[in-house]
Amino acid sequence: MNQAPAETVLALRELSMHIDSERGVVRALDRVSFEIRAGETFALLGESGCGKSMTALSLMRLLPPAGRVAGGEVRMGGRDLCSLTEAQMRRVRGGDLAMIFQEPGTSLNAVLTVGQQLGEVLAIHRGLKGEAARAEAVALMKQVGIPDPERRLNEYPFQFSGGMKQRVMIAMALAGKPKLLIADEPTTALDVTIQAQVLDLMATLQREQRMAMMLITHDLGVVAKMAHRIGVMYAGHLIEEAPRERFFTKPAHPYSVKLFEALPEGHRQAGKLATIPGSVPPLTTDFIGCRFAERCPHAWDRCRGEAPSWHELGEGQRVRCHLYDAIEAGRLASRSGAAEQAAKPATRSGETLLEVEQLQVHFPIKRGVFQRTVGQVKAVDGVNLSLRAGRTLALVGESGCGKTTAGKAILRLIEPTGGGARLGGADLGALDTKSLRAIRSKMQMVFQDPFGSLNPRLRVAEIIDEGMDALGIGGDVATRRERILEIMRLVGLRPEMADRYPHEFSGGQRQRIAVARALAVSPQLIVCDEPTSALDVSVQAQILNLLQELQAELGLAYLFITHNIGVVEYLAHEVAVMYLGRIVEQGSAEEVLKSPRHPYTQALLAAVPRADLSAAQANGMPPLKGDLPSPSNPPQGCHFHPRCPKAADACRQAYPERVALSSTHTVACHFAR
Amino acid sequence: MIAYLIRRLLWALPTLLGVNLLVFALFFVVSSPDDMARAQLGAKRVTQEAIERWKADHGYDKPLFYNDNAQGSKQFTDTIFVQKSARMFLLDFGKSDLGRDINHELYARMWPSLALALPVFIVGLFVAIVAAMVLAFFRGTWLDYSGVIACVVLMSISSLFYIIAGQFIVARTWNLVPISGYEGGLDSIRFLALPVLVGVIAGLGSNVRWYRAIFLEEIGKDYVRTARAKGLSEGAVLFRHVLKNAMIPILTGTVVVIPSLFLGSLISESFFGIPGLGSFTIEAILMQDFAIVRAMVFIGALLYILGLILTDLSYTLVDPRVRLQ
Amino acid sequence: MRDFQIVVLWSDVLFAVLLAALAAGVAYAFRHEHLRRAWHTVFANRSAMAALVILLAYLLVTVLDSFHYRPALDQPDGVPQTKVQYSVEVLSLLDVALTTLRDTREKTYSAPFATHFFEKQMLEAPDGKQYRDYPRLKFGGAHLKDPAERAGDIAVRAAGGAALGGMLWLLAMLPIVRGVACSHQWTLTKAAREVLRGGTQIAWDGFAWALLFVLVLAGVLGTLSGHYHVFGTDATGNDVLYQTLKAMRVALMIGTLATLVVLPLGIGLGLAAGYYRGWVDDTIQYIYTVISSIPYVLLIAAASLMMTMLIERNGALFATAASRADAKLVALCAIIGAISWTTLCRLIRAETLKLRELDYVQAARCFGVSSLRIMLRHILPNAFHIVLITVVLDFSGLVLAEAVLSFVGVGVDPTSISFGMMINKARGELARDPLIWWSISAAFVFMVSLVLAANLFADAVREAFDPRALPSRRRLRLGAAK
Repeated sequence: MNQAPAETVLALRELSMHIDSERGVVRALDRVSFEIRAGETFALLGESGCGKSMTALSLMRLLPPAGRVAGGEVRMGGRDLCSLTEAQMRRVRGGDLAMIFQEPGTSLNAVLTVGQQLGEVLAIHRGLKGEAARAEAVALMKQVGIPDPERRLNEYPFQFSGGMKQRVMIAMALAGKPKLLIADEPTTALDVTIQAQVLDLMATLQREQRMAMMLITHDLGVVAKMAHRIGVMYAGHLIEEAPRERFFTKPAHPYSVKLFEALPEGHRQAGKLATIPGSVPPLTTDFIGCRFAERCPHAWDRCRGEAPSWHELGEGQRVRCHLYDAIEAGRLASRSGAAEQAAKPATRSGETLLEVEQLQVHFPIKRGVFQRTVGQVKAVDGVNLSLRAGRTLALVGESGCGKTTAGKAILRLIEPTGGGARLGGADLGALDTKSLRAIRSKMQMVFQDPFGSLNPRLRVAEIIDEGMDALGIGGDVATRRERILEIMRLVGLRPEMADRYPHEFSGGQRQRIAVARALAVSPQLIVCDEPTSALDVSVQAQILNLLQELQAELGLAYLFITHNIGVVEYLAHEVAVMYLGRIVEQGSAEEVLKSPRHPYTQALLAAVPRADLSAAQANGMPPLKGDLPSPSNPPQGCHFHPRCPKAADACRQAYPERVALSSTHTVACHFAR
Repeated sequence: MIAYLIRRLLWALPTLLGVNLLVFALFFVVSSPDDMARAQLGAKRVTQEAIERWKADHGYDKPLFYNDNAQGSKQFTDTIFVQKSARMFLLDFGKSDLGRDINHELYARMWPSLALALPVFIVGLFVAIVAAMVLAFFRGTWLDYSGVIACVVLMSISSLFYIIAGQFIVARTWNLVPISGYEGGLDSIRFLALPVLVGVIAGLGSNVRWYRAIFLEEIGKDYVRTARAKGLSEGAVLFRHVLKNAMIPILTGTVVVIPSLFLGSLISESFFGIPGLGSFTIEAILMQDFAIVRAMVFIGALLYILGLILTDLSYTLVDPRVRLQ
Repeated sequence: MRDFQIVVLWSDVLFAVLLAALAAGVAYAFRHEHLRRAWHTVFANRSAMAALVILLAYLLVTVLDSFHYRPALDQPDGVPQTKVQYSVEVLSLLDVALTTLRDTREKTYSAPFATHFFEKQMLEAPDGKQYRDYPRLKFGGAHLKDPAERAGDIAVRAAGGAALGGMLWLLAMLPIVRGVACSHQWTLTKAAREVLRGGTQIAWDGFAWALLFVLVLAGVLGTLSGHYHVFGTDATGNDVLYQTLKAMRVALMIGTLATLVVLPLGIGLGLAAGYYRGWVDDTIQYIYTVISSIPYVLLIAAASLMMTMLIERNGALFATAASRADAKLVALCAIIGAISWTTLCRLIRAETLKLRELDYVQAARCFGVSSLRIMLRHILPNAFHIVLITVVLDFSGLVLAEAVLSFVGVGVDPTSISFGMMINKARGELARDPLIWWSISAAFVFMVSLVLAANLFADAVREAFDPRALPSRRRLRLGAAK
C-alpha cells in the first residue's frame, strides 16, 4: 500500500441519524465522521445493533420510515448528499454509490429475470437500451464470474444458488460504475467456501476498477482478509479508526481488544475466552459518559461522567478512550495485567457413551400424479460416530450437509431410516415409546436460534421445569423449584429471573436458559446444534466458556454441530467433517485441524478467514470452485469430485473407502494413502 | 406442473362427491320427502294421500339407497340417491319440484348473471387496485389515513343499503336509469349500469384495504430496498417491482371467484329484477323449490372447485417459481 | 304467590355461557403479562375505546333483553285460584323497561315526532259528516293541547334528557378520573383534564367522549320517547325505536353464538391437522374443502330450510312462539358455526404447521412430552391470537350476513325483529310516495354503528396481537351474494 494519498471519495462529517420509536428517539448514529479514499476498502466493524447498517442506509438515504438525518453531512464529489433533492439523490444511488446487501436470497425481485433487474440499472444510469444493454449485461455477468451469461440473463433469481445470487447483486452494483461500493455483511448468509469465492471476487474487482469499498461486517476474519482501514462502531458511535496493520497488531480501544480476545480460534486453546459482560446499551439511552463504560474492565469515574474525545495515536490510528489521554498515562501502563487468562478447565474422559452406526435418514421425493416416490434425499447416509463421556465431538460441515438432521436422528426427534445409535449400551432405535421416554433424560439438545427455542408464553422456571415434570423426575414441586434455582446459578442466571418471560432476556441469556433446560434432567449427552451461531462474538465466548465449565464439572459429552471452525478449534476433542450426508474425515481435533487429509477438509480450513494478518497473507490456496450439490442428486462416485482440485477418474467412478491413518484418524478419499 | 394440475383435477372428484353426499344428507336424512311435500302443499292439515301423490308426481316415492322392487341394476339406480343426487354429476338436474326444467333455466339465466357479475368483478378489481396503490404511494400521509378510515366505513355498511340507496338516489330521484328490469342486447347497459356501480362500491372497502395491506407488506421487503438502491423512482418501484409481486397474493383471493361469476349475485339481481341465476335461487328458496336449491348448491361447489384449479393455473402466469418447477 | 314464571330460552343460556367465557378470558388475560400488554395496546387506541363504549351499550341492551319471563294472567274474580295461568307472551327485562314504547301502539305509519298520522284517513266529524284528514295520534304528542307547541316541548324535554345524560356521565367518569389520579399521583382536576385530553396511556378520552355521546343520546331518547314516537311508527303502528332496540339482541346473538361451535371445531381440528399431519391432516382438509366449496349463503339457506322443517315437524315441543323463534335462532347460529369453522381451522392448521417445527416444540419432544400436552402448552397459546382475531373480525361479517339471510328468507323467525327484517320491509316503504324513510334510516344508523364499532375494535385487536397479519377480506365467502 505504497500509493500516493488517493483522493477522498466520500466523507462523513458528524453525521447523526435518529429514529422515532415508541420508546423514544433512537440515536442510531451519533456524530459519526470518517473518510473513504479511492481504491481503498474501509471496514466498519462492530457487534449487532451498533449502527453499522444504519450508517450505510444513511449514506444512501434509504432510511426506515421513522428515520431522519439529524445533523452532519455526507460529502461526495463536492456536494453534500444530505442536501440533494430526492430526484438528484436517485441519480447518485446505483450510480456513484452502489450497495449490496446481506441476504442475496430476498434482495432480488423473485418475479423479474436477472436480465431485467440488471437492465434497469443500465437504463437509468448509463442510458443503455436493447442490444447495447444486453451486451453490457453479459459483460458484467462474465466479470462477476457467472458462467453462461447469455442464457442465465433470462433466468429468475430462484434458479441461482446463494453465492450466484450475491454475484448477481454485485453485477447490479457494478452496472452503474460506482465510485463507492457499500457491502453490508455481503457474505454472512453464505457458506464458508462460497464466502471465500465471493470475497475473492470482490477484492479482485476492487483492485481492477480502483473503486472504493465500504465493507460492513462483524467478522474479524473478513476484515483481516479485505480491509485497508478499519472503523470500529459501538452503540451508534465510531470509537476507533486505524489502518489494518495497526489494528491487528495494536488494537487501542478496550472494546476492540476484547473483540480479539473473545475469538475462540486455536491460539486461545489454552485458556478461557475473554468475554464482555452485559450487552450493547439501548440506543434510546441519553449517554453522558463513554458508552462502553458499563462493560469496560478499565472504566473509572471519568469514563462514566465524561464522553471521551478523539486521541490520535499516530500512523492514522485514533481512538475515543480516556485511557489514551496524556494525563491518564499511568493507567495505560497498568493495563496489561487485565489480559490475564484463567486456565482452561481440564476435562476427564470416560467410557464410550454414544455410538452411532450406519445412521441413515432418507426423505422420499414424491412426484407425478399419484405422488410416487421417485427418489430419496439422502440427508444422512451412513454416518458412524463414537463419543466418550466428558468429551466433545464436533460435527462440522456446510449448510445442507445433513449435520443437524444427523443430530436430531440420534435423539430420535427424526426417525432414522436405517442404522442407529447406542447410548450407554441401550439401542435407541429399538426402544418403544415408554423406554425411549425414560432414556430421554440422558440425552438433550440445545438449539441454534435463541429466539425460537424458548416458548415465549412460559416463564423461565416453567421452561426449565418442563423436562423434570414430563419425565417425572426431581421430586415434588418444592424440590424441583430448589433444583431449578440451583441450575440457574450453575449457568450464570440470577434466581430472581426465574419468574420472568423469555422476551426480557438477551440472546446470550436465552441460550443460558436453553442450556439450563437441558441440564435440569441431568443428561450425559447434549447435542448442541450451532448454539452460538446467532450470537455476537463476545456473547459467544460466554456460552463457550459456560459449556466448557459444565463439561469439566459434570462430565458431559457434547455432540457439537457447527460450521464455525474457530469454535471447533477451541472446544472440540474430536472432529468429524461431513459432506453431503457422509463423513469424509474424522479424527482427533489435532489430527483433523492440523494435518487435514481430505481435500474438502483442507479447502474448508483454508476458506475460513482468519483474524490474523500472517494467516490471511500466508493462505495461498485458491477457494473451492462451484456450489454444494443438492443432496437429492449427489454426484456419482466421490461426492466431492466435481469441486475437488485433485479429482481423477477413480473419483468419478467409486465412492472412496474409508482409510485409517491412525487409530483415530480416518479419511474417505482415494488419495489418502 | 401438469402432473400437479391432473392431481388437482382428480382431487376435485372426491370433493364433489362429498358435497353431493352432504347435500343428500341435508335434504333426505335431516328432513324427509314427507316434510318437503308438506312444505310444498302448504296447508296445515294435509292428508297422507296428498303427500303420497305429491311424492309420486315428483319422483320422491323411491327408497333412499336400495330399491327392493326394481330389477337388476335398477335396484341401485332407481333410488332417490341416484335419481336426485348422483345424477347431478352428469350435469343433469332434471325437473324442479314446481315442474321447471332446471337445465334449460340454467342456460337461459346464466348470461344475464354474467352480464352483471363480470363487469362488477373487472371494474371492481381495477378500481380497488388503483385505489390501493394510491394509498400505498401516499402511505403515512393524511390521504392514506383518511382512505383507510373510509374503507372501514364502507365495509361497515350492508350491501342491502348500497342497493337501496342506489335505487333511491340514482334511479328514483335523479331518474337516470330504470329502477329495475332487464332487456337483452345493448339495452341491457341501461339496466346494468346502476347494479354494476352499486356492486363495485359495495366491494370497494374491504378490497382496497386488503390490497393496500398487501402492497405495504411487499414494500417492506428487501428487494424493494434493492430497487431503491439502484436509483429507481418511487413510482417505478411500485409499478415495476411491487405490483408484480403483490399480484400473487391478490390472485389467490380473486381468481377463485371467476367461475362463480356465472352464479350471479343473489341480492343485487332480485333487487334490480335481473333474470339471472341469483334471483332464480332466491325465488326457489322463497317458494321452497328444493330441487333447484340442491342443483344450485352442487353447481356452486363445482364452480368453486374450478376456481381453485384456475387459481393454481394463474400462479404459473405470475410466479416464475411455480411455472418453472 | 308468584305473578310471573321465569322462562329460560336456549339462546339466553348460550349467551350466558359466552359471557362467562368472556369473563374467564378477561381474568386469564389479566394474569398473563403478554396478554395484558397486548390489550393495553388495544386500549391505548382512541377509536378502539370509543368503539368499546358503543359495543358495551349494545351488550347492555342485549343482556337486558336476555332475561325472559311470562307474566301471570289476571284471574277473574271469584274463581278459586287453583292454578295460575301464564300469558303466552314471553317478555324480557328490556320489554319491562320499554313498557311505554310497547304499549303506545298506533294504528299505522307516523313520522318521527309526529302528532298526526302520516296519511289522511276517513274521519267522522261530530256532526256525522265524513271527511279526510290527518288524525291525531293516540299517544305520540297526545299530551299537547296544541300541536304547534311541539317544537318548544321537544326542545325542553330534549334539554332535560341531555342534562340527565350529562349527569350520568359525570357519575360514571368520577371513578375513572379518581383511578387515574391515584395511579399517577395527580390532583383530581389534573387527572380530569388529562383524561379528556388523551394524556393518559389508556385512551380514556375516546372512552369519555363516546360515553358522553351515548349517555346524552340515551337521555334524550329516554325522555322524549315517553311522549313521542322518536323514530316514528311502522305499518302496524309499532314504535320503530322499540323495534330497533329489540333488533340489537338478534344481531349480537348471530354475531356471537356461532363462536361456541366455531371455537371447539376450528381449534381442535386445526391443531390436530397441523400437528399430526399425514392422514389426519388429509381427512380434516377434505372435510373443510367440501364445506367451504359450497357458496356460503346457499349452504346456510339449504341447511336452515331443512332445519326449519325439522322444527315445524316438532312444533309441539315448544310451549310458546317465542321459544320456537328462539330455537330457530339457535339453529341458525349452529348452522353458521358448523359452516364457518373452516376459516379458523385453516388458519390454526397453518400456524400449527409453522410452530411445530420451532425449536421449543422440538425441545419438548426431546423430553418426551405428550402430543396433547405439546399442543395445549406450546402450540395453542402461541396461536391463540389467531383465534381472537378471527372471532372479533367475524363478528361484523356475521351481523352483516344476518341482513342478507333475512332478505333471502332464511334468517331468523319472522316473528322476531332483526335489522334484516327491518330492511326487508323498507323495500316496499321506499317505493311509496311520499316516502317512508324512518324505519330504514333507524336500521341503517344502528346497524352501521354496531358494525363500524366492531370493525374499529377488531382492527385495534388485530394490530395489537398480530401487527403483521393482513386485514381480512370479509372472510365469510358470501358466494353468490353480493
